[in-house]
Amino acid sequence: MSLQPETFKTLVKVAAEQVIASAPELTSLDQAIGDGDHGTNMKRGFEAVLSKLDAIAEQPLDQALKSIGKTLVMTVGGASGPLYGSFFLAAGEALSSSKQLPDDLAEVFGSGVNAVSARGRSQVGEKTMLDVLVPVLETLKADAGRQDLLDRVRAVAAESAARTAPMQATKGRASFLGARSVGHVDPGARSSCVLLQAVCTSLEGRQ
Amino acid sequence: MNDTVGIVIVSHSKDIAKGTADMVRQMVGDEVNVAFCGGNPDGGLGTNVSLIIDAINSAWSSKGVAILVDLGGAETNSEMAVEMLEPERQDLVVVCDAPIVEGAVMAATEAAGGSSLAQVRAVAEELSAG
Repeated sequence: MSLQPETFKTLVKVAAEQVIASAPELTSLDQAIGDGDHGTNMKRGFEAVLSKLDAIAEQPLDQALKSIGKTLVMTVGGASGPLYGSFFLAAGEALSSSKQLPDDLAEVFGSGVNAVSARGRSQVGEKTMLDVLVPVLETLKADAGRQDLLDRVRAVAAESAARTAPMQATKGRASFLGARSVGHVDPGARSSCVLLQAVCTSLEGRQ
Repeated sequence: MNDTVGIVIVSHSKDIAKGTADMVRQMVGDEVNVAFCGGNPDGGLGTNVSLIIDAINSAWSSKGVAILVDLGGAETNSEMAVEMLEPERQDLVVVCDAPIVEGAVMAATEAAGGSSLAQVRAVAEELSAG
């Protein structure tokens, strides 16, 4: 899995477009257990990323990831801005400080996951985006050399997002609902799944 | 130099942020720097890191700034805003774990007396204790 500048640009574009297309679904999930703004917030953030994509894609990969992170922080307008923003800022920082792709993919992704956990003061099992990001990180570690890694990531992301439905939220706005949060997929877990699947699809097309 | 700790109010709603700031000003006067912001980058309900950074800088005092927030995203975005300040300012800003209206009034009252940032924060956070 090499990552040429054009490949990177395309995958950011595909991922952003997928999130934007999923905005109504994300909003509908968030209306069930949150404040109903996740779709519009993510759409605003990724539209801002798309509008700067030419400039972002000209940068070295570490700087490009940080630019995406900063753009999300400044434009999303909800907690998901700093959460996703911190993921990309930390992943970019990992690349700045000696990590390389594709060899260190799991470590770079792991830096992003740790940043989300720290920013949200949250752990896996609390019905958040971490319930997708952490299982995907484990897959990246366990299945690193496998030919079907992208398929595995796509499957794990979908299964993990679906598994947030029976969970009771203890973090974020959904925790106000207590037991009533059970039965709904977490909107942040779903948006993480959408992003990861779009990245896999884009990379598969380039292999 | 009678510098007092500055107060920043961050709500999802600009109306709530402004109303809270109005209450603070009426109760403690103009001796404390108070700044507020609310609304997402499109002006709808939400919070906005760049407006929070502007509010912190506008309420700036050499004694520091205490931020009062309403719900989760306001807290997360405020923490992010603090990390994006100039490094020498970051240690002089705290996000208080306190109810926004009562916390702002208590914090501003304490600040008006010339208290330190730690004292201002403690008084606001007593409201959340127990």
